[in-house]
Amino acid sequence: MQGKPSAPPEPVSPAEQEPQPEPVGGRTPGGEPARDDPRTAWVVNRAPTARWQGVDLAEAWRYRELAYMLALRTFKLRYRQTFFGIAWALLQPLVALAIFAVIFGRFAKLPADGIPYAVFVFPALCIWTYVSTAVSAASLELVSHQELVTKVYFPRVLAPVSALLPGIVDLVISLSLAGVLMAATGVAPGPAILLLPMWILLSCLVALGSGLWLAALNVRYRDVRHTLPFLLQTWLFVSPVVYSSSLIEDGWLRALYSLNPMVAVIDGLRWSLLDAPAPPAYDLLSGAVTILLVVTGLVYFRASERKFADVI
Amino acid sequence: MAELAVDVSGLGKRYRVGIGADYTTLREHMSMLFGSRRAVREDEEPRELWALQDVSFSMRQGDVLGIIGRNGAGKSTLLKILARITEPTTGAARIHGRLASLLEVGTGFHEDLTGRENVFLNGVVLGMSRREVQVRFDEIVEFSGVSRFLDMPIKRYSSGMKLRLAFAVAAHLDTEVVVVDEVLAVGDSEFQRRCLGKMSDLQRSGRTVLFVSHDLGTVAQLCPRTIWLAAGKIHADGPTEEVIGAYQQSFGAPEIAARLDRAGGGPVRLDSVRLVTSDGAGLEQLRRGDPFTIELCFTNDETVIGLDVGIYLEDSRGVRPLDEGLSEVVGLDIDLSAPGPHKLLLDVPAPLAAKEYLVGVWLGTRTEDFFDEPALRFEIKPALEDSRDAIGKSRVLHGTGRWRVMSP
Repeated sequence: MQGKPSAPPEPVSPAEQEPQPEPVGGRTPGGEPARDDPRTAWVVNRAPTARWQGVDLAEAWRYRELAYMLALRTFKLRYRQTFFGIAWALLQPLVALAIFAVIFGRFAKLPADGIPYAVFVFPALCIWTYVSTAVSAASLELVSHQELVTKVYFPRVLAPVSALLPGIVDLVISLSLAGVLMAATGVAPGPAILLLPMWILLSCLVALGSGLWLAALNVRYRDVRHTLPFLLQTWLFVSPVVYSSSLIEDGWLRALYSLNPMVAVIDGLRWSLLDAPAPPAYDLLSGAVTILLVVTGLVYFRASERKFADVI
Repeated sequence: MAELAVDVSGLGKRYRVGIGADYTTLREHMSMLFGSRRAVREDEEPRELWALQDVSFSMRQGDVLGIIGRNGAGKSTLLKILARITEPTTGAARIHGRLASLLEVGTGFHEDLTGRENVFLNGVVLGMSRREVQVRFDEIVEFSGVSRFLDMPIKRYSSGMKLRLAFAVAAHLDTEVVVVDEVLAVGDSEFQRRCLGKMSDLQRSGRTVLFVSHDLGTVAQLCPRTIWLAAGKIHADGPTEEVIGAYQQSFGAPEIAARLDRAGGGPVRLDSVRLVTSDGAGLEQLRRGDPFTIELCFTNDETVIGLDVGIYLEDSRGVRPLDEGLSEVVGLDIDLSAPGPHKLLLDVPAPLAAKEYLVGVWLGTRTEDFFDEPALRFEIKPALEDSRDAIGKSRVLHGTGRWRVMSP
């Protein structure tokens, strides 16, 4: 049974060889569901034929309730048995704000596009807190839900996706506090405020793209867990959280800088919320990297997905 | 003719054992890519293990199929592929409709969530929609019998309560194909009976059921057809009675003989261990309170002066309610030293709890062990009149067994 010469059945493109079952009762027994009703559709688990393919998004959509339930579970559990409860959503960015405001605002006197420094930094901190929390949750989600992955079927992509959701509640709460802060200091948003949801959505995509990559990598290489804090810290300082993008001079350096997907998110957020200068064309680069990250993330995730239950 | 519900063709699953099998660190991977490949090849060549090989079968809607086989025969791998938890290496498995596995009751349960929250979470994890859970909620709670504690975190539940709640959710899945794995082996007997009832309901309502178990009695009761998996292949596929019969045979003499060969060298070979009635007839099933006899056949290759025999029964927790040594019995005159075959009987008095036991056999002299291993596994079923938790208690029986010799 063990050892190589045990003559396994030839693994030569099994898909072509296998006899199709005869169609019974007018249904199609192939891969295609006869109708959309899962009760009468054929579900097929066959040896993989192609190495690269995308995640089955339609199926993931059918399972959307599971993502919602997993997110709900995380959300319910997050603040259960904590003393401060939901106030943690505010405490985290507020403490960071206090530190950054003193160090960078007071001592380093970083320019803030003419906006009071604390007000300038806080919304960026909120969205950064969201993205960094979501990315680390998404990367560890599969491994921390091992028991689920090895015991029931669900589109695996839902694990990192569900990790993106609970943080949005925190984000909305902390952004409302940013509103209070703005009102107190007399900073008013311009018409670009209408685009606010777009930047939040973009931040979700950034978290999704990086989360997919890291989640799939983390299943194979547990190094990810150790790299993550370092990676996130570096990411924070190459993103315009505590400083303004206008600090970077135009040219190749600016282009390089704009490869960071967070640049467009934060520039856009400041524009919408604080009426800061509109994001420059460079930020299109940043957006493009985000899209690339999500697309390649989906493909890479799918490629490693089939091994998850065996490897995890 | 009913429609096809499950269609499995040429299914194979290969696992790599050794290098690159488990999760690795990046460094290991790098060193495999760039580093000294030769060093790797020399001592730890990656080995392949076919957990499943060329497995094909199909089921029509409403079929109930039993799957039996020893540990490691590939049963769980097969179920995992059917449930799409892992992909096959060769072949394909097709399921018509939705499949629920009762193999993982309580998956997704979280200790800090309440019973109510867990029912919803678990239901959705197992493939129901929230609406469906909502509709069945009362039914589920009633089946589980934990309604009073629904809003309490389940970490305060007893393990039995957790289990009942979990099974209740799983049992109310409304899928076309159901896979059941050993779940019936847990819980008190009252709950087990309800589970069995639920299984029959499934069957009656026309669901396609795959039932995996070590409990041959239940397989025989529920499944008209059974597949016997051995070493990843289908060893037999047919009417349950025949397959189970053949399977039980395989636990008999041949295996023990083979095992002795491996021990090697001794002048005594154990040929068979069987459970029989007091007059030596074969036994199909044992219920609590039935007296039975252990029959031991062995062959001496030469004269073995002072050959002694020990027989013990051991339950799954390692308790030995019976532990008998031939030479410990005062005034018994049995001489087993002659070369050739011997047949020895040990009558076991009745009071043993209804559960699984191993029969362990020791053959040896004061100075040498020839054989010392569990040789047979069997189960005592609850007596017909037993109710609720009455699996009974074992009384310790040391020294009460009666030894007899018969001409082989």
